[in-house]
Amino acid sequence: MNWVIVLLLVSGSAWAGEARPMGDNPAIEARLKQLASELRCLVCQNQTLADSNAPQAEDLRREVREMIAQNMSDQEIIDFLVSRYGDFVLYRPPFKPTTVLLWAGPFVLMVGGGVALAVTLRRRQHMIREAMMTEDDRRRVEQLLSQRSKES
Amino acid sequence: MNRFLLPLTIFGIIVGFLAVGLTLNPREIPSPLIGKAAPAFSLPQLHDESKTFSLDETKGQVWLLNFWASWCSGCRTEHPVLMDLARSGEVPIYGMDYKDQRGDALAWLDRWGNPYQVVAVDASGRVGIDYGVYGVPETYVIDKQGVIRYKQIGPLDEETVAKKILPLVKELQAQ
Amino acid sequence: MIPEIGHYALILALCVAFVQGTVPVYGAAVGNPRLMALAIPAARSQFFLVLIAFGCLAYAFFMNDFSVLYVAATSNSQLPLHYRLAAIWGAHEGSLLLWTFILTMWMFAVTVFSSHLPAAMRARILGVMGLVSVGFLLFMLSVSNPFERLIPAAVEGRDLNPLLQDPGMVLHPPMLYMGYVGFSVAFAFALAALLGGNLDAAWARWSRPWTTVAWCFLTIGIALGSGWAYYELGWGGWWFWDPVENASFMPWLAGTALVHSLAVTDKRGGFKVWTVLLAIMTFSLSLLGTFLVRSGVLTSVHAFATDPKRGLFILSFLAVVIGGSLALYAWRAPRVGLGGGFAPVSRESFLLANNVMLIAATGAVLLGTLYPLFLDALDLGKISVGPPYFDSVFVPLITPVLFLMGIGPLAQWKKAEVPALAKRVRWAAGVSVATALILPLVLGEWTPLLSLGFLLASWIVSTAIVSVREQLAHMTGGGLIGRLGRLPRSYWGMLLAHGGIAIFVIGVTMVKGFETEQDVRMNVGDTAVVGGYVFRFDGVQNVKGPNYTAVRGTFHVSRAGRDLTVLYPEKRRYLAQNQVMTEAAIDSGLVRDLYVSLGEPLEDGAWSVRLYHKPFVNWIWGGCLVMAVGGVLAVSDRRYRPAWRREPQMVPAGAQLVGR
Repeated sequence: MNWVIVLLLVSGSAWAGEARPMGDNPAIEARLKQLASELRCLVCQNQTLADSNAPQAEDLRREVREMIAQNMSDQEIIDFLVSRYGDFVLYRPPFKPTTVLLWAGPFVLMVGGGVALAVTLRRRQHMIREAMMTEDDRRRVEQLLSQRSKES
Repeated sequence: MNRFLLPLTIFGIIVGFLAVGLTLNPREIPSPLIGKAAPAFSLPQLHDESKTFSLDETKGQVWLLNFWASWCSGCRTEHPVLMDLARSGEVPIYGMDYKDQRGDALAWLDRWGNPYQVVAVDASGRVGIDYGVYGVPETYVIDKQGVIRYKQIGPLDEETVAKKILPLVKELQAQ
Repeated sequence: MIPEIGHYALILALCVAFVQGTVPVYGAAVGNPRLMALAIPAARSQFFLVLIAFGCLAYAFFMNDFSVLYVAATSNSQLPLHYRLAAIWGAHEGSLLLWTFILTMWMFAVTVFSSHLPAAMRARILGVMGLVSVGFLLFMLSVSNPFERLIPAAVEGRDLNPLLQDPGMVLHPPMLYMGYVGFSVAFAFALAALLGGNLDAAWARWSRPWTTVAWCFLTIGIALGSGWAYYELGWGGWWFWDPVENASFMPWLAGTALVHSLAVTDKRGGFKVWTVLLAIMTFSLSLLGTFLVRSGVLTSVHAFATDPKRGLFILSFLAVVIGGSLALYAWRAPRVGLGGGFAPVSRESFLLANNVMLIAATGAVLLGTLYPLFLDALDLGKISVGPPYFDSVFVPLITPVLFLMGIGPLAQWKKAEVPALAKRVRWAAGVSVATALILPLVLGEWTPLLSLGFLLASWIVSTAIVSVREQLAHMTGGGLIGRLGRLPRSYWGMLLAHGGIAIFVIGVTMVKGFETEQDVRMNVGDTAVVGGYVFRFDGVQNVKGPNYTAVRGTFHVSRAGRDLTVLYPEKRRYLAQNQVMTEAAIDSGLVRDLYVSLGEPLEDGAWSVRLYHKPFVNWIWGGCLVMAVGGVLAVSDRRYRPAWRREPQMVPAGAQLVGR
């Protein structure tokens, strides 16, 4: 697609008065964006840290940026925030005993729905078989049944 | 069980939870710091930049740490309560001027009164992050060993002070 | 005086609704035609009474009557007229009046289009709707009266929240409510059928068009809300899995299942019990949404001001309406027969599987939305459930739905043969897999999600082509165009709605996969490159709006040296509430949006700026629009045209002329 090609063409050339990114290191910014998009802005109603312009969110972004610069891993940064703000700060809830139902629930629903579906279809299939039984079949069945009753 | 009753049962459970939910406040978030040591800091004082105030200076006493700012309207609301508490002398209150201009903060205290023993300046908001502050005012009760025992989110009112803060302070002081 | 008339009209409407909810239903139970017939005049007069109330509130907004508390709280004399009128539903009380007004509109429509229904059925349908209306009117009159006076009157209103001062506000809530409330018709049909014990194919035939129309409105309403959030909130997101968004999405998912289940009940007489349950569920989820938005139990970006008394009222109402109907279901449904049988591989079974997956997806959204509340209620801590959770849970649940969507329309009713079916979709599968493998590479990046998106979109499109080709092959005579024209509209409607999903999937896939963003600081004259487009910042100037002042930035956009457009994002300060709003500037196109949003002023005239290049983002909403058009087309099919419309055709031509 053409914009990809244009991107390749343009990004090579330097521009006079090129705008500076808000952070100095693009690699850090990329990681910050990824991390911040899964973190909750605590003073907002319901917004990620990446999206919010609230001052407190800017402070936290600055803090996270510095932690990334200090080569802390994502998990270390998340632990740092959780130890101060609790699990509430994470938009991706951690997997632990209280959230088992949350994470397993959808797949339990899916599997449960599938089982219920299979049971229903099987029952319906019986109905079809009964409906499709020909006169011949019925005579044979009755014959078999009467034989059985004689044997017993 | 009758499978036709299943939807009604599920709905009943949900309604039960929603009813409990009505009594709760989703904005009230408990601090994970309660029961943990208060994060250390050493910051310049508001009234005298050359002096610092650090956590160690409060060891051995039960005290309140109040995050506030001159731009914060909730701080204005709770200010008379803090003044009364300071006057009663029951517990020392230390202030943390959060992300504020020095001049504004000094003028604010001049105008409304100063309930604080010492005010430290957290200009960058970094200590605020260490304490898990997300909006001023917030108030912490810290015991003799420097452990956080209680956190008040939002303005203090007389009822909270009388029913929660003071009994807790007395209990901690007796330890 | 005028507000008192409105208030009085609401009280009268409550009385009428009460009569409508009891007398005709009793009449239907004892077989009294005169009592049953009362339903129609009751429903119509209720409509006119609520219309009067609505008109009175509109008048108060029009006249800036700040002696009405609600007007003083949500409007302002400087507010432009169209926003003053949209402010009617700008907060809790007025939006509730809109809800009720739309409910009576649907009721009125039922009285007009139901002359072919048996009298008892009609009496029960309108009775159920009347009871729903009783709840809402009581709610308004007890704890949310929009006509409450403010004495002494305010000199000036507190103004509509600046976020809501947007064309989206004029259209989004009415559309959304048309959808939510429209499902009350299907709900009433289902309850009427349960009460009367006549769940037959005719019942499904009658309630099908109502459900589809409500579904179309809801689709458009959600799309409008999403588009509005996209350009108004200033961070370029179009769906956040916010509790309020989920509250509208859950009835949509359940409603989608209902539309398909009704098709089976209508054509094959199957799934009756399931269809009834879905009809109850869909409307219940609409009501639940109303509760979630207004009770304050969840934190959301666009919740209404909250009040525990109101929460308690809606919850009790919810418990009575939903609990009552589910109890009725548990009591009457076991006596409903199973309907026609079908094989494990058949169009019925595919539709049922699709329904099950849609409901599982609805359940997952419900679980994620309410889970923080569950934990909090059990005192197990506070958590946030956000987009990362929903994205990772929803994709695997919805993938089988989209797969079945392609194959369902190709399978025969009652019994289909797997090998034959596989043979028919052979090339569609081949094309889809090839697209999934190759297209992302052509576009420059291969990821599993991109590949999955293209796989599903091309699967839906290619199977639709297979379906059309087969349909044409079965027809004889006429040219290609003639044969296409002879295909029923409901068939075209289905294809279009499914095509809309494919368009939507392409939009989501492209945006998620290829959007680029730059967070930059720009001085006057600086340039930044995003997605191959060069943005030059030409400075800011101060401008003045009707009720705000703004700083307007000028961004010159060019590509490969060619000038394209100039964008003017704004940072507005609304005077009445002294609130700052970011107004993004967007250059919209078929294959991409360019999006500029002004951040904060920095030192020496520089600004922080967010620039986005969003490929195919408009396909997301375009897909929704196509879905809704498909629904409308399906409803216009002649099989739904009620008897009274066809009758004039039987009248001799001469008689019609005399009539004129």
